[in-house]
Formats: sequence, structure tokens, C-alpha cells
Amino acid sequence: MLTFTLRRLLLAVPTLLFISLVLFLVLDAAPGDPMSQIPLTIPPEVRAEMRAALGLGEPVYVRFALWLRQFFWIEPLVLADALLGTGLADGQTRILSWQTRAPVMDTVAQRLPQTLWVVGTAYLVGVAIALPIGIIAAWRQHSVFDQAGTFVTMIGYSVPPFVTGPLVIAIFAVHLGWFPSVYDTTLFVTDWDSFTRQLRQMVLPVMVLALQTTAMISRYMRAAMLDALPSDYVRTARAKGLPEHVVVLRHALRNAMIPVVTVIALGAPAIFGGAIVTETIFAVNGIGAQLIDALNAGDLPTVQTLTFIFAVLIVLANLLADILYAVLDPRIRYD
Amino acid sequence: MSVFVRGIILFVLTCVASAAWSERGRDGQVKIFYWQAPSILNPYLSPGIKDIEASSLVLEPLARFDDTGQIVPWLAESVPDIENGGVSEDMTSITWVLRDDLLWSDGTPVTSEDLKFTWAYCTAEGTGCAQAEKYGGIRSIETPDPRTAIVRFDAPRPFPYTAFVGATSPVLQAAQFAECLGPRAVECTDANFAPIGTGPFVVEEFRPNDVVLYAANTRYRDPDKPTFGRVLIKGGGTAETAARAVLETGEFDYAWNLQLAPDVLTRMESVGKGVVVSGFATLVERLALNLTDPDPALGKQRATVINPHPALSDPAVRQALSMAIDRALLVEIGYGPTGRVTCNILPAPEIFASQANESCRVQDIQGANDLLDAAGWLDSDNDGVRDKDGVDLRFLFQSSVNAVRKDFQEMIKLWWSQIGVQTELRAIDAAVFFGGDPGSPDTVQKFFADVQMFANMFDGTDPEAYLASWRCDRIPSPDNQWQGSNYTRYCNPDYDAMTDTMRSTGALEDRARLAKQMNDMLVQDFVLLPLVDRGRVSAHTKSLGGVQLNTWDSELWNIADWTRLRME
Repeated sequence: MLTFTLRRLLLAVPTLLFISLVLFLVLDAAPGDPMSQIPLTIPPEVRAEMRAALGLGEPVYVRFALWLRQFFWIEPLVLADALLGTGLADGQTRILSWQTRAPVMDTVAQRLPQTLWVVGTAYLVGVAIALPIGIIAAWRQHSVFDQAGTFVTMIGYSVPPFVTGPLVIAIFAVHLGWFPSVYDTTLFVTDWDSFTRQLRQMVLPVMVLALQTTAMISRYMRAAMLDALPSDYVRTARAKGLPEHVVVLRHALRNAMIPVVTVIALGAPAIFGGAIVTETIFAVNGIGAQLIDALNAGDLPTVQTLTFIFAVLIVLANLLADILYAVLDPRIRYD
Repeated sequence: MSVFVRGIILFVLTCVASAAWSERGRDGQVKIFYWQAPSILNPYLSPGIKDIEASSLVLEPLARFDDTGQIVPWLAESVPDIENGGVSEDMTSITWVLRDDLLWSDGTPVTSEDLKFTWAYCTAEGTGCAQAEKYGGIRSIETPDPRTAIVRFDAPRPFPYTAFVGATSPVLQAAQFAECLGPRAVECTDANFAPIGTGPFVVEEFRPNDVVLYAANTRYRDPDKPTFGRVLIKGGGTAETAARAVLETGEFDYAWNLQLAPDVLTRMESVGKGVVVSGFATLVERLALNLTDPDPALGKQRATVINPHPALSDPAVRQALSMAIDRALLVEIGYGPTGRVTCNILPAPEIFASQANESCRVQDIQGANDLLDAAGWLDSDNDGVRDKDGVDLRFLFQSSVNAVRKDFQEMIKLWWSQIGVQTELRAIDAAVFFGGDPGSPDTVQKFFADVQMFANMFDGTDPEAYLASWRCDRIPSPDNQWQGSNYTRYCNPDYDAMTDTMRSTGALEDRARLAKQMNDMLVQDFVLLPLVDRGRVSAHTKSLGGVQLNTWDSELWNIADWTRLRME
């Protein structure tokens, strides 16, 4: 198991290097320009000056090498400095955003909290609702509950957040006035009062996001349970006279969870990726909003860094899912 | 209690109340929504309006434009001109004198050395200063005493109010930015995110593209202002998010730049929580007609002045295209109260606006058809498209991806079909269209199409630089890497001569007369077809007082005077 993990981690290094190269080349070849958002009144000479100040004049391989050094050497040093109070990275140029002229990683650090709060909570809520729905729907297949569950999940699947977002705002923020429509990122949870305000401002975005998660995971859960319930070991358990909840929850569910856990683990990196549409609608300004802002502004260092971080998380999540397989299913052995 | 004692008590109470009334910071926090969030608070490193306006609470210029477009003194004692001796007779120097009560928010005095430094900062090699044009042509800045700065130009400058005037060109503190010259400008993140200024507020916290928190500047020159103690500028979301938060839920006090469909805005305003405010400046949505041939078969000579356009070189065709457009309907559909019909490329300030082109306000399909008939453009092969000498009136019409522009393109295509002109539409992503990348074929400069639509304006109130955009030497071509502002490739020696005259003309009336003539020349040659004069739209809650929408400077220019209205 340990050797498997180590081997996979080593294999991940060339994979990630390749991904970063592909990302860099694709972004470089993509149309769009960091100068596109500046007013047309700025004369061409000034534009040329501004482009040069961004380092756009350098050839691709020089910029890629610089980015690699900044990402894998300077940024870890900065992190070490921050944790240990050392001065290893003093005087080194970090990955700077073209938009803000500030280190990309600082902005990421500022934005992670609200993304984790909102998207992370939505994922947990979604999973927590989806699993029981999936289990009951499969256990009582074709019942009213199953039909209703299927209906709701189909809506969750097919109605995109740019519809549900404004819809819940219109109902709960404008008409009823229960919850705010705009997320306040300056709110710090220090006491009970600020905690309830934090909860209230999270309700609407979490509702929108959790609907999607619920829809996806409950369908997987239902399908996996439907596979497990008619199997021989479940019939055996019933024949032994075990109570129904033991049959369903212990014998059927455990086996049915294996594919579902994979799906949940593979979906986890998306939490860090944020939710571009939902974050924009509620002005949550998390990682997703940062990515779309940077894309619109042609801010390549930010886009490159963020997409690469997502790539790392996805590779790690795949590894985690494989390891979880072995933990959950004794028949699977990697050694 | 006697009347006298009561009177005294009343008097004392009134005094206390009025003292409290004028107290700095008494109105708590004002919450402002900029859906395009500020990225940096140094206007010299970013020309984005959102960044300039967010920094305008802190950084201030010597003089600025008020809401009527007049130049008013701000950090300077008065606005120098020839009459008061502030501008030399030969127009090669201007002398600014600072107010005598100015302190930076860190307590140090503002001196003329700061002005000199600001000039050095923006013109330093490698800064990539976005406002470099404002400081162009300055030979030196002399500082005879701490309050006086003499700016010397290398040639006569009839309109010397570019450097240090308006929100785009504020004064930086030399002490804070001393280490940030040239290529090191980008490394001064702390300074760029929290500049020290003279304005009514100081930056307390800045999170790029998210929020800016300001607190009242305790050293602000007016002891009773600002009336708000704190300002929050929230970014992110969309124009709709912002409009809703002010007009429908009242979560925010002010929302900036609400480019929404007119009916959406009206419906939101009808909720009754806030007011939509709009004002007009110089932003004109226009069609540019290509005077050169964009045929791909021409290879490297495509869209260059070597090959005149086979159809659009004929003024009758250009005029007919203009006559066929119903501008009033375009305004109604696309902009509602936030737009108005214009027949001028230079619609404001009022003194510069020509009255000679009003005929474009009325659509005239019949007239356009007659004009084309008379010019010999007939449908000789009966395919529904007019032609002459084997050239069909088939045009490629491009613009950026945008809902309003899409509607405009569709409608114009329909009108042109009624005069026998066939149009193919194309929409290009704004990041590419306006990106100016010489490697891309789809930029507004290369103009590989027959017609294109976009909006443009100029900064401040003086149109000299803007009108110089259509000089012959500003035509984009392969020789200048397709840089240049004369997209339509207009080349008229008379026009060029007038731009030269304007550069040496001082009197405002003469400048205005010249500007009108140049505007009329462009518009009456039908190389640019003005469509809509687009306004700025913002909204504020009914409890926010003192908002004076300024389209010539920062919208937040008078935020020190904003107050919370107490509603009974």
C-alpha cells in the first residue's frame, strides 16, 4: 500500500509538469490580451510601454521557466517564511498578477476562506441530503418517495445555477427579505451574532450549490443500492432473519458505498475550484470569481497558477479515491 | 421656569445639536457597490475606471472637473490661466500654487516636490505608466518654494490642464513611492494597495477584486468632513447584482455603472428604495466605415491605404448607410433614458457640440434609395443587392459580443436590406476585438471588415487629443504594427491642418469653433456614423444625500459631502 502510494506520487510529478506545460502553451496561444480592458483613449505608445512592463516581450520558454521557478521554488520559500518567520525569499519576485500587480498567492489565500465556507458547506450539505435520499429511493423503488426524489434530482440536474440563483434571490431576498442577496466577505465570526449573520448570508448560495450536488450524488447512491439490494448476500442476510435496517445499512449500503465514495472524492477538488456562476451571482468573490475575473482581464499568471493548482488537486483526489477503494473493499489489494 | 431660562436651554441644545450635525464621521458607514471590482489603488498603473475611482477617495489632483465639466481648484489655490498670470503668455509654462493647509494623511506636509516626483514616477523608463500621455511634453518641473511648482512644456500648450488635473492624474506622496520608480513600480504592492493621500478617506484594508475599506482621514483639510466615518466599496457580481442590492433590497447605498436593459432598471426602481441617476459625457456608440479594401485576397495589402474600398469610397454609399438608420429606435431599445440620439462624434461639452448635423435624427429610407439610384448603384442583376461596375453592396459588419450590440447589428442589417445593401454580421469577443494584439486578425485596429461598431470617448473636457485620432499619420498599418487610432483610415490634409491649428490655439471660443468644424468634417464625410450618446448610470438609496453624478471626473469626487438623510 505504501509503495503503491509512493509510486503514484512519483508518477504524478511528470504528469503535473506536462500539465503545466500544456496549460502554459494553451493560454499563451489563446486569443485575448491583458490590454483589452483599458480604454481606447490610451494611445498605442503607452499601451506598448504597459505591455513591456508586464514582461510580455519575453519569449514563451523564458516566461515558462520563470513561472516554474516562481511556482516550485520561490512560492514554497515564501510559505516557509510565513510559517517559520525566516527570510529565505527576501528580494525574490513572486508570481505577480497582471491585474493587481500583487502576488497571486496572496489573493488566493484571501479568497480561500469564503470559497471553503460556501462551496465546502454546500458540498457537505449536498452529500448529507443525497445519501439518505438515494438509499431510501432504492430501498423503496417505484414508491412515491422514489418518484418525488427522481423529480427533484432531475430539476437539480437540469436547472443551471444562473436560473436558480436569481430565482432564490427574488423569493428569499427581495420578496421575503429573509436573507441578504450579497455575500459580505469582511464579516468575521467572533460571537454568536456574527455567526448567525454568517449563516444567514450562506443560506442562499449554499442552497443553490447543494441542489446540484444532491442531484448528482443521490442518483449514484440510488443506482449503487439498486445493484446491491438484489444480490445473494443481501438475500442471505434476510434469510438469516436480520432486522431490515441491519440488512440495508450494514450489508447492502457498505458495498454500495464503494463507487459512491469515489464519486464524492473526485468531486472534492471542485470545492477548492469554487463555483464560478454561483460566486458571481452572490458576489461571494471566492476562487471561482477570481478565475473568471482573471480570464476576462487576460491575466495569464493568475489563470495559469489557479488552473495548475486545480490540476494538482484533481491528481491528488484521484490518488485518494484509489486508496479509499482499498480501505473500503478488502478484495482490492495494490501490493 | 422662566421663558428666558427656557430660551437659554433651547439655545444650548441647538448649539450641541448643530455641533453634532457637522461632526466628522457622524453618519457611520456608506456602502458602495462596484460590480467591476477595483484591482489596484494606483491610477498610474491601471487605467480602469473602477481603479481610478476607488483611488480618488484617497489621492487627489491639483484641480478637477466638477459635474458641469468646469475645472475647479482642488489641492491648488486657484486654477492658473493667462489672465491670472498662472500660465505664461507664450503658453509654455504653468505655475501651480498649493493650498497652504495641506497635509498627507500621515501628517507630513504636501510640497511641490511631491508634484515633481509624481511627474518623474509616471515618466520613468519601465514603469508602464497608464497616464503617461498626461505628462507628455513636460520638459521640467521647477520648485522655487514648497508650495509652488512651475511646469515647463517643450512647446506652447494652449490647454495645459492635463498633468495633475482630474482623477486620472492625482498627486502621489514622494516619500511613499520613492523606491518604486521604473520597473520596481510593480513590486511596491503595499504602496499600490494603500497609497497615502490627501483625500477625505484613508485605506484601511484592500483585498484586490473584492473589497476596499476606508476610514475618515483625521487630517483632512475640512475639519467637519467627511460626514461618513467609513466607506466600504464592495466588488464582484454583475451589474444586476449591484442594481438589486441598492434598488430592491437596500443592502447597499450606491451602485456604479448599471448597464442594464432600460425596462429592468425601471422595474427595479419602481420598488421605491432607491433612485437611478444618469449623466452624459462624451461616450458615443458609433459605426466606423472602412475606407480601405479588407478583401483577404489582397494578402499583405489587405485593409491598407494602397487599396481604396470598392464601394465605401463612394460618399453616396456612406451617406445612404447613415440615412437608413433609425437612431431614435436604437436608443429606445438599447438604452432608454440612459442614451440619446446624437449626430456628432463630439457630443459634449456643450460649447464643443455642433448643431449642424441634426438631419441624421430622422430615418430616411426613401432618400437613401434615391441617393443610391442617382449615384448609379442599381440592382442590375436582380438579386436584391445593388451593384455598380461589378461591385455588390455586400458588407461584413463586425462588433464585440454584447447583447445590446447584437440587437443593433440585427436592426441595422434589416434597414440596410431595405436600401439594397446586404450585410453579414460578425461578433468578436471583446477581449480580442479591443485587445490590440497585432497577431490577431480580429482587432478593431486591423478592421478586416467593412463596417464596425464600438463606443469611444475622451478623458476630461478638452477634445484636442481625441480629434487628432483621425489624422493621416494615425492610420493603422503593417508599418506601425497595426497601432493607431484612425480605424476608418480617413486621410484629409485639411483635417490634419486643423488639428495643427488647434494645437496652437489658446482661446476657448476659437478651439470650440475648430472642434466643431472637425466634427462636422468627419460626420459630413460619413466616415463615422454616430449612433447613440451613452450616459453613465448609477443608483443610490433614497437615504443617501449629496450625490452629484459627475461624468467628467470620478463619480466619487464629492464623497466628502455625502450624508445620510434622516427620514421621518
